[in-house]
Amino acid sequence: MKRYSVFAIAKQAMNYHLGWEKAWASPAPKKEYDVVIVGAGGHGLATAYYLGKNHGIKNVAIIEKGWLGGGNTGRNTTIIRSNYLQDPSAAIYDKALQLYEGLSQDLNYNVMFSPRGLLMLAQTHHEVRGYLRTVHANMLQGVTTEYISPARVKELVPIINIDGPRYPVLGALYQPRGGTGRHDAVAWGYARACSAMGMDIIQQTEVTAVRQEGGVVKGVETTKGFIGCKKLGVVVAGHSGQLAEMAGFRLPIEAVALQALVSEPIKPCMDVVVMANTVHGYMSQSDKGEMVIGGGTDGFNNFTQRGSFHHVEETLRALIETFPMISRLKMLRQWGGIVDMTGDRSPILSKTPLGNCFFNCGWGTGGFKAIPGSGWAMAELMAKGEPGPLTEEFSMWRFKEGKFIDESVAAGVAH
Amino acid sequence: MLILECPYCGVKAEETELSPGYEAHLKRFGPGSSPEEFEAYMFARKNPKGVHFERWRHAYGCGKWFLAARCTATLEVFGTYPAQSGEPPADLQAKIKAKRPNWEGYK
Repeated sequence: MKRYSVFAIAKQAMNYHLGWEKAWASPAPKKEYDVVIVGAGGHGLATAYYLGKNHGIKNVAIIEKGWLGGGNTGRNTTIIRSNYLQDPSAAIYDKALQLYEGLSQDLNYNVMFSPRGLLMLAQTHHEVRGYLRTVHANMLQGVTTEYISPARVKELVPIINIDGPRYPVLGALYQPRGGTGRHDAVAWGYARACSAMGMDIIQQTEVTAVRQEGGVVKGVETTKGFIGCKKLGVVVAGHSGQLAEMAGFRLPIEAVALQALVSEPIKPCMDVVVMANTVHGYMSQSDKGEMVIGGGTDGFNNFTQRGSFHHVEETLRALIETFPMISRLKMLRQWGGIVDMTGDRSPILSKTPLGNCFFNCGWGTGGFKAIPGSGWAMAELMAKGEPGPLTEEFSMWRFKEGKFIDESVAAGVAH
Repeated sequence: MLILECPYCGVKAEETELSPGYEAHLKRFGPGSSPEEFEAYMFARKNPKGVHFERWRHAYGCGKWFLAARCTATLEVFGTYPAQSGEPPADLQAKIKAKRPNWEGYK
């Protein structure tokens, strides 16, 4: 892999930029690997990357049904934060945030991480109390957040209307280290680094069955034939239930559609991320100038990657009250992703009933921000075969034991 | 937009008029059941990519719970039936089987 640098750009400029190599190889699958990861989204690629980087396991294949980063990694609103209520969540999301802070240097690929600050608006007295509680929890967890006044909110976000009457801004939970990243670049950066370590990224290849003997996975049947493995990692978000069925067990997961949309590009007007959970809307401005807006999830199982239109209307109707200036904006694109929702709205990073098969799923509506931490933790779990400090609470058996990591109460909505 | 016909009042209701209730025909387990049974009832879900039976409530209408058969891969609605049904009506199952020959049945 040729490193990207200012000198590389200068050198290529002399050569009409014809000398850039492909960022990753597209090899034919080998017969067997030490580790096979199903799913080349952010989480799957990050898992592979940290398997190689932290644990020296480089004989790895990442199998992808579509194209890499084409699922939820390319369909989210790119928000990165770690102000969660529960300790296990704060630990893994803050690990992810810390890794994001150095990710461009680590991968030698600009993931455009922008720690521009993130506000979660308190628009009801209920939320005020909730966020004060979160701030205190975050202090104990070592995650820097603060609760700020409506006046400070107005200072940070001049375009906001704090008066109501429907949705007054009563304060906000502020995480200055939060922000956004370039979602595609995260997938591409990890893919390039994995490929450089000699790992095989096999796209356009669907897993059709999990072959097992005596409770041990031997490999996966795919549309390009059988691929053997010593360990299998399944990191497929919305289709986790289908893969679990192939492996012979059920997960506490339901797949639903979550939507987002962007406006036409406008001049810079908002340099923080604002989340308004009461009205299920969140908004940031992309580097291109589009207002990136996330909405709510549908209430029914859906695999179509498109959501119900009334959610768009509800989200915008509410956001227009809080940001009156967006009322004249044209919306350019709208899309949906299939998110895997667990019973407690927390992820599963877990061993499974099959000894050498591991699942990383259930990130629901909040996966993008977790990619580096999730990959780091999943790689540790797969390399050692036993959960480490980041993953021990996220076992799939916590539902039987009643040891929930209840972020559904903490967040109230999509998070 | 998802439109379901309420089997009680006969109204063709679109989804803003309805509340979703997720998977139907769950076998309930309560006090005295094993942890595995209770977990399976509370949390483990089929979540199929295809034919799905689910509970809905006609929240802004007659207020009653009913059941629906729907395809999660295409959003096609096969039919709705009363919540008091122990299993999907035979004619509905036959209709689904005709449209989805590879369907393995509702269990």
